Amino acid sequence: MPTLIRWRDGAASTDADPFARVDDDVPLPEGDVIVSLARFQREGDLLLSQQRRVGVVVEAGEAVESLAYDLPQISVVALAFPKFRDGRSYSAAMVLRTRLAYAGEVRAVGDVLLEQAPFMIRCGFDAFEPADGTTSDQWTRAGHRFRHVYQRAADALTPAFAERGAQ
Amino acid sequence: MLVGGGLGRTPYLGPTIRRSLPARHLLSYLQAILRVYNRHGRRDNLWKARIKVLVASLGAEEFARQVEEEWDRTDKAAIDLPDTELARIRAAFAPLGFQTLPRVSTVFEAARSEDRGLARFVRNNVVAHKIQGYAIVKIALKAPGETPGDCSAEQMDIVADLAERYSLDEVRVAYEQNLILPHVRLDEIPGVYQTLLAAGLATPNINLISDIIACPGLDYCALANARAIPIAQDIARMFADPELAEDIGELKIKISGCINACGHHHVGHIGILGVDKKGEEFYQLSLGGSGEDDAALGQILGPALPADRVTAAVDNLVAVYLRERHGAERFVDTFRRTGLNPFKEAVYADAH
Ligand code: SF4
Repeated sequence: MPTLIRWRDGAASTDADPFARVDDDVPLPEGDVIVSLARFQREGDLLLSQQRRVGVVVEAGEAVESLAYDLPQISVVALAFPKFRDGRSYSAAMVLRTRLAYAGEVRAVGDVLLEQAPFMIRCGFDAFEPADGTTSDQWTRAGHRFRHVYQRAADALTPAFAERGAQ
Repeated sequence: MLVGGGLGRTPYLGPTIRRSLPARHLLSYLQAILRVYNRHGRRDNLWKARIKVLVASLGAEEFARQVEEEWDRTDKAAIDLPDTELARIRAAFAPLGFQTLPRVSTVFEAARSEDRGLARFVRNNVVAHKIQGYAIVKIALKAPGETPGDCSAEQMDIVADLAERYSLDEVRVAYEQNLILPHVRLDEIPGVYQTLLAAGLATPNINLISDIIACPGLDYCALANARAIPIAQDIARMFADPELAEDIGELKIKISGCINACGHHHVGHIGILGVDKKGEEFYQLSLGGSGEDDAALGQILGPALPADRVTAAVDNLVAVYLRERHGAERFVDTFRRTGLNPFKEAVYADAH
């Protein structure tokens, strides 16, 4: 099982992942599961009626908006990075947090690298499956690399212009 | 808002997707543009992973529609800068300490009527300033036979001194590979000119045929197919006579040593692109490009030429222009009127 790093209150910690990632052609096990968007669209109603938490993986080319009506019942939206330089899931995270007001876990999966930490956190990711073996200490440091920011994003940081105004 | 322009392997003029936008919405609108690109741009082919490719494949209208839709859904107040921040930024561009000066400087007028060299320099290298009594002085780093854009340490020191003393401490670097003293008092221009002249920096050829943009090319660049600098030097030498260059008038030659187009050859009145033909340096000429308000991509003249024929070809092109031009038409205006044919015939005549 890959390491799961969570970002909470400005710090990263390592956590056991209670969710099982289930491939499309595998029968569903008991417990909390993360399934593909296609499987969720087929079996979502059933899954959500059962006593378990449900997560959905949204691939980089898929529209996260298609989950809009189910979001209140979805515990994890896992956004995929097929390559580190494929940035589509940053936009998906921003849309989830700022437009669809999603408050559950937004998890980065796939080619997730430490140097992306500040950007992912700014876009609203709060859980990560790093592909580079990095630790929660490293993620905490990376998440604080830049003390000031220029614009508002999906996190709570105050942009420089507002900090200046407050002085 | 113009989106999707760019040169390189696939050149495009950026289409206008929105006529006007209030300054305070700039950031939210840019975010909408980038989000549409990020979500829908090509990912399967590195060469096509460009905003210009997306705009061209969707069409400007459809791209604009998607941007507007995205923008409508954006919480603009969260992204855009507040007026207080815009005011703070504007304050950083407050007018410098300009003096109130007469519109005409008698010192300057007297000097330029006496000194033909100064008069020529002023005609070509000095541009009106919006503040009365000041002018913009352009320093061409294009002495014929030299490397375009090169400047020695001693020359840089001299330019720095001039900027400090006569241009409100400012010197700018232009993409044309020249320098600009942006705020020179008219009274000071004769003296500034003399100093530039003594330093070999008073070449009076801004925007003329010898003011050539050339990329580093094969002399320095690992990506190059062909040399750019020696071609520029050859052409500039051929048109070194300032009388002749002024008679030819505005003619922008831009040279790139490969398809990456760092020399912006697509938007040269005459563009020259270095290509590799079986290990030999060849050059493809294009005509009629412009990177100014009349922006256009050049049209390819014909088969690429070997290095030793390029300067003669430029000479042929100029001869056609001088023969065909009407009145005050620039080279590019004549080309737009006549089209490629007369130019093509002149350059490829011996091939028939
Ligand atoms: S156009 Fe080509 S040769 Fe010239 S600087 Fe660019 S990459 Fe190098």
